[in-house]
Amino acid sequence: MGQTIIEKILSSHSGQEARANEIVVARVDYVMGQDGTAPLAIRAFNEMGGSRVFDPECVAFVIDHSAPSPNEGVSALHKMMREFVREKGFRLFDIGEGVCHQVVPESGVVGPGSLVIGADSHTCTYGALNAFSTGVGSTDLAGGLISGRMWFKVPETVKFVCNGTLAPGVYSKDLILHLIGEVTADGATYLAAEYAGEAIAALSQEARFTIANMAIEMGAKAGLMEADEKTMAWLRRYTDREFKPVSADPDASYARILEYDVAKLEPQVARPHRVDNVAPLSQVAGKPVQQALIGTCTNGRLEDLRIAAGILGGRKVHRDVRLIVAPASRRVFLDAMAEGIIQTLVQAGAAVVTPGCGPCVGTHNGVPSDGETVISTANRNFKGRMGNSNAEIYLASPASVAASALTGKITDPREYI
Amino acid sequence: MQFSGKTHKFGNDVNTDYIISGKYKFKTLDMKELAKHVMEDLDPDFYGKVSTGDFIVAGTNFGCGSSREQAPLAIKYADVGAVLAKSFARIFYRNAINTGLPVVECDTDRIEPGDELTVDLEAGQITNKTKGTVIPIKPLPKVMIKILNDGGLAAHFQKYGGFNFS
Ligand code: SF4
Repeated sequence: MGQTIIEKILSSHSGQEARANEIVVARVDYVMGQDGTAPLAIRAFNEMGGSRVFDPECVAFVIDHSAPSPNEGVSALHKMMREFVREKGFRLFDIGEGVCHQVVPESGVVGPGSLVIGADSHTCTYGALNAFSTGVGSTDLAGGLISGRMWFKVPETVKFVCNGTLAPGVYSKDLILHLIGEVTADGATYLAAEYAGEAIAALSQEARFTIANMAIEMGAKAGLMEADEKTMAWLRRYTDREFKPVSADPDASYARILEYDVAKLEPQVARPHRVDNVAPLSQVAGKPVQQALIGTCTNGRLEDLRIAAGILGGRKVHRDVRLIVAPASRRVFLDAMAEGIIQTLVQAGAAVVTPGCGPCVGTHNGVPSDGETVISTANRNFKGRMGNSNAEIYLASPASVAASALTGKITDPREYI
Repeated sequence: MQFSGKTHKFGNDVNTDYIISGKYKFKTLDMKELAKHVMEDLDPDFYGKVSTGDFIVAGTNFGCGSSREQAPLAIKYADVGAVLAKSFARIFYRNAINTGLPVVECDTDRIEPGDELTVDLEAGQITNKTKGTVIPIKPLPKVMIKILNDGGLAAHFQKYGGFNFS
């Protein structure tokens, strides 16, 4: 019987034919930690008796969650990370370089067939590059740093086949929100997701990252896609390394195959306080917002900023709204400057913050006040996520967030494109 | 391993932001300090109410969201004996085992707040002393039993210098 993408990647990295529900110990190609998880991993590394990392070329830490540091507690942890990195001789992406899930792919270290672990739940993002990448905790990270290996239960796969063409003004964010709403927040727990079909093939590589990024919001261990010409072209911008695409066999066995027709999909939102509390945007249109966020590892890429600038160009953000823009990386920031996107956004009234996580996780850079409503391009809207449990967060596409920032209320972006 | 205590009940999809909010977790490695804020967004008085060995009981998908290991550690340092849920998010489940917090998959529907339970991991069952019922436990994968028996993943590495499941 044939194999799924994840079974093939786990086979090539464990030296045994990996089948769903077996346990394998696999070699990992890259190991990443960020400033919310690396400090505990350093502690575990020392407890485990670690002396060096398995291969300094295949390891990175990223300071992105609270960057630059907002207080002395965080500063001490950042310092601990910098000292560890210097001592072990691997790569640090320091403040201003960007969100881990943008800088890791941009550095050309992950591609089709790679196996990556990251101490951040959205490590599933690189599935859009046909890699098996997954989030782990700090102790697993420490084990990976020392051994270059990790144990996995080979998951069964749920396949999402998306047929049809997305209408103008409807984006990959709307599609993934819709799928999460359909299967719910634990619809793919203990499973890998594969996304396929003509609607996925039609998306740009950047738009595909948004879908893989949110696989964890349905509980999935990975969000995989096949590689195509667009994937390879995207990779060639960042690396000349060779990667060999991994496809599922036609007779691979799936836990479930779910088919969707996306042609009639409208812009979607996730309503407070659950990512699977999804509805067509039209159902909440008109709800006043006080803050809007464009950025994060979900939607802070160049294409996202370009879409927002297309809507905000020559217009002004509503006077009752704070629009915060966090480019996903320094490279995105520079590319957006070169294209004039940043000028457009700033002229419209946006506050641009350091490339990184920005206000996504409530540590700094725009904590909402009691009773306020935020519309955001992020991936989570849990109560308290942005640092205040008395605020409400709606998740939407960059176009929907930009349109809402203009009018001061949740707005269908199709009125502006 | 056998534990006894009383229960504190929560619903489905208790995420890691509810277990320990991001606004605290990045500031410190002092888990005792973090433990004071455990479950704060769902029940502001939780830390004050919980006694050593008590159980957190929840519905499906406990621990969804972030990979932060501060979540199981904050629960452990609040002296909670174990978490019982119908299902767990996978990263949380791994992190709990790696850091030595017992997590038990079982049917939690008939457990009510304040019930006195005895959880017996070896026997694979929970005795609800308040209700006089017995609830079976879904067994842990073998690899996880090995890690728990070794005292967590750090201890496993100390012992073998790497993964050793043979
Ligand atoms: S941008 Fe938000 S979701 Fe993404 S890694 Fe940073 S904190 Fe996590």
